[in-house]
Amino acid sequence: MVHGEVWTIKEFFVYPNEYIYWSIQIVMYPFMTGLVAGAFVLSSLYHVFGVKQLKEIARFSLVFSLALLPVAMMPLLLHLQQPFRGINVLMTPHFTSAIAAFGIVFTTYGMIVASEIWFVYRRFIVESILALRGKPEKSAVDSLRLAIYTVLAMGAMDLSAEALHKDERAVGRLAAIGIPVACFLHGYAGFIFGSVKANALWMTPLMPVIFICSAVVSGIALCMITYIVTMEIRKLLLTWKRKDNPWLPATDDLKSAEVQVVTMTAKYLVMFLFLAITLELLDLIFRGYTAVRSWDILRSVIYEKDFTKIFILQYGLGNLVPFILFLTPRLTVRRAALGSLLVLLGVFMMRWNVVIGGQAFSASFAGFMEYRLPVWPDSLETFKEGLFGALTVIVTPFVLFFLVTRVLPVFGVKDSH
Amino acid sequence: MMNRREFCKKAMIVVGGIALPLTALEVFNPTRLQAEKEGTGKVRWAFLVDTQKCVGCGFCVKACKIENEIPYDANVTRTWVERYVVTRDGTTHIDSPKGARDGFTTAKIDQNSDGMLEVPPADIEKAFFVPKLCNQCDNPPCVQVCPVGATYQTADGVVLVDRSWCIGCGYCIMGCPYSVRFFHPVYHVAEKCNFCYHRISQGMKTACVDACPFGARRIGNLRNPDDPVTKVIMTERVNVLKEEYGTKPQVFYLGLSKEVK
Repeated sequence: MVHGEVWTIKEFFVYPNEYIYWSIQIVMYPFMTGLVAGAFVLSSLYHVFGVKQLKEIARFSLVFSLALLPVAMMPLLLHLQQPFRGINVLMTPHFTSAIAAFGIVFTTYGMIVASEIWFVYRRFIVESILALRGKPEKSAVDSLRLAIYTVLAMGAMDLSAEALHKDERAVGRLAAIGIPVACFLHGYAGFIFGSVKANALWMTPLMPVIFICSAVVSGIALCMITYIVTMEIRKLLLTWKRKDNPWLPATDDLKSAEVQVVTMTAKYLVMFLFLAITLELLDLIFRGYTAVRSWDILRSVIYEKDFTKIFILQYGLGNLVPFILFLTPRLTVRRAALGSLLVLLGVFMMRWNVVIGGQAFSASFAGFMEYRLPVWPDSLETFKEGLFGALTVIVTPFVLFFLVTRVLPVFGVKDSH
Repeated sequence: MMNRREFCKKAMIVVGGIALPLTALEVFNPTRLQAEKEGTGKVRWAFLVDTQKCVGCGFCVKACKIENEIPYDANVTRTWVERYVVTRDGTTHIDSPKGARDGFTTAKIDQNSDGMLEVPPADIEKAFFVPKLCNQCDNPPCVQVCPVGATYQTADGVVLVDRSWCIGCGYCIMGCPYSVRFFHPVYHVAEKCNFCYHRISQGMKTACVDACPFGARRIGNLRNPDDPVTKVIMTERVNVLKEEYGTKPQVFYLGLSKEVK
């Protein structure tokens, strides 16, 4: 079987070699990089612009963005026909290709995130080392933690006020450089699509900007959900502990802090969501108005074939409903969680409608291709580019986040900043 | 004794120096760029298709598949033939069952998942066949988008794929407006028509040209003014496919109709 034949259904005239070559993993790729970029931008709102209310979620989203980072690469490797040659992109980058810059942009961004986290956590790392060293009897876990922290500290043990101040300045600077780089990382994913002149749906200079806006939206939404979930777990744990130790603080403090953070974050989410929708609608209106040769086939894809996916799932459930949820007065945590989930669905559907929708019609403009997502894997190909491959990509950041927070906890830490 | 700050600085310079890819230096070599772009060689391969002569027998497709070892039953092909049937009400029906490997054995139009469409002969205003193959563009979008440089243009204008270096990302497949590219079912890398480069560089014709019983397909050298193909391209009314993409295709068509996509 030819690659792509399993999940492509052709209708009317489609060129013999045309299949849906870019499938679910290429939907996952911009979705995941979007989350990375969005999470980073959210953390920078505090570090650069000093939005104090976001302090709690800022560290959280910074660590989450680190956990998401390796996952942005995963879908690409799962998609490649020759995954072991993926390194060729770094070895012989062909700079006229938008993809060639991936290695450079990605590593630059990775280094910025990693070093920013290092500066944020340096005080915590050093304090942990001192505390662990002071322990008279160390368990195996303690020794392991001491070893990890000692390596992470890289010999910088100075905790003087001056040194901490330097850390703080470094965080601010890195976050400031990080914003354009994060936007570039994602805008460039948009450029990969927007510059394909052979594809009538993709080719628009608005693509990178649309991608950045929806990236920030999705990143904020994911951080909010993960934040809410972890806060709920913490509250549960606290109530559970209070049964035996009634002197512990009540959960009310946590609750009010949570509501405040969520309300503030929601404001930024709505702002970016508004921007994203405006640009998307502008693109759609412009296409309809100018009605160039490709419009006939695009219209039948947008308004007929993909109507449910675009107007019901993406714009309706994914954009309009969250708007109402967030803008109705007296925002509750539960409503914010639901709104964020729907926003994530909306952004995912936007990626789907761009990637799969862009291949829903033949380059001959005389036929259509329908994508059937492989569910049960019966070969490596249907696993990699099927439901389970996509689920693997979705689950990985949460596993990584769990592992990273074993070493660098995100709550209740005094940082250098 | 070096302090830590200095050590870090020096280390950065050394790492940076080592990491600087040699390919980046190559980009700035103007003479080579000039040579690649202008191509001052003696050969520029071009193809001429006379649609008036094509009867849709599919011998070219069959010959190509065998010559270039594209699995015979795989639903991909380096070259194919399209059938156009235009009815009285102005509707155009197009099909190319299995790339017309076995020719067109029925009058019914293959609509893929929509089944076979029977067009009453009385309704047909005009019908014709159009062979398709790689246009070996002068400004090839597939070469531009390849992230590793595995696909490249030779000095004589043919675009080739390096099977040992292609990572299989599919960007070139997406970038080709003519959809001539696909993944090779055996090698799992990008695959396309290369004008039978192994044959033309040895003085032979392409497999499809040799297989065509009606002379609908011809290959020639644009830099040779006495080449019969060049003469036709220079003096007769030829057309190319999808000029609007700015790819400067080098497969020229005689008798191309406006319905052709």
